[in-house]
Amino acid sequence: MHALALLAASVTIIGAIMVITRKVAVHAVLYLVVTLLALAALLVMLGASFAAMLEIIIYAGAIMVLFVFVIMMLNLGQSDSAREKEWLRPRAWLGPGILAAIVCAELLYCISPFSGSLPTIPPITAHDVGLSLFGRYVLMVELVSFLLLSGLISAFHIGRNWMEDR
Amino acid sequence: MPAFPFNDTVLLATVLFSVGLTGVLVRRNMVFMLMSLDIMLNAAALVFVGAGARWHDAVGQVMFLLILALAAVETAVGLAIILRLHAQGRPTLDADTGNLLQG
Repeated sequence: MHALALLAASVTIIGAIMVITRKVAVHAVLYLVVTLLALAALLVMLGASFAAMLEIIIYAGAIMVLFVFVIMMLNLGQSDSAREKEWLRPRAWLGPGILAAIVCAELLYCISPFSGSLPTIPPITAHDVGLSLFGRYVLMVELVSFLLLSGLISAFHIGRNWMEDR
Repeated sequence: MPAFPFNDTVLLATVLFSVGLTGVLVRRNMVFMLMSLDIMLNAAALVFVGAGARWHDAVGQVMFLLILALAAVETAVGLAIILRLHAQGRPTLDADTGNLLQG
């Protein structure tokens, strides 16, 4: 089990290093998705399954889709056909593919039942998190709602000016 | 006992944070700077979840949720600013060219 954790940690670090060294933004997004998936595997190993699911759904899903949208809208660099040729070259997707295959193999290995002893400490479930979140920390939830609202308004404001300029 | 000791979690988060910080300092493309910021936020969230697993407390995951919301807001506003700067006809996304805000 520890070897699996080390594997996921190394995939995380390699992916992060690849993110900050890429030239093309779409390649960096691919590596960032793999990094977040490996980080979600690490969170599962830490016993935080709920956090791992949220990491996959919100981070690797929603936020990365935002990044891809904006990169597509910016349309930087070469013309379209040259860019598509660039994307379809194996060099573009081989690195993220290999790292994602490692994470996927880890997942398939973890699905098979373990023969070892079960952990004695009960894991922290979503039930505990919810009780704590809406019990002691309900003020933090209100503050986060303010933060989300202000982020929504500022993003809308910035985008509205941009659309009027066009 | 969790599969990943707390010391290793802190070590991994430190390395991840350093990589993100290096990305923010080295890269000048604003999209890459935003991605590096996300890596740094993930490292901070990993420390919270690791500490929550170490002391068996749900507060770590609560803080993880809050960091997730913060990262979502930060990414949305940052990408909106990038789109706005790009719509003004800048040829590059170099962060150093954005020091003059003339509306």
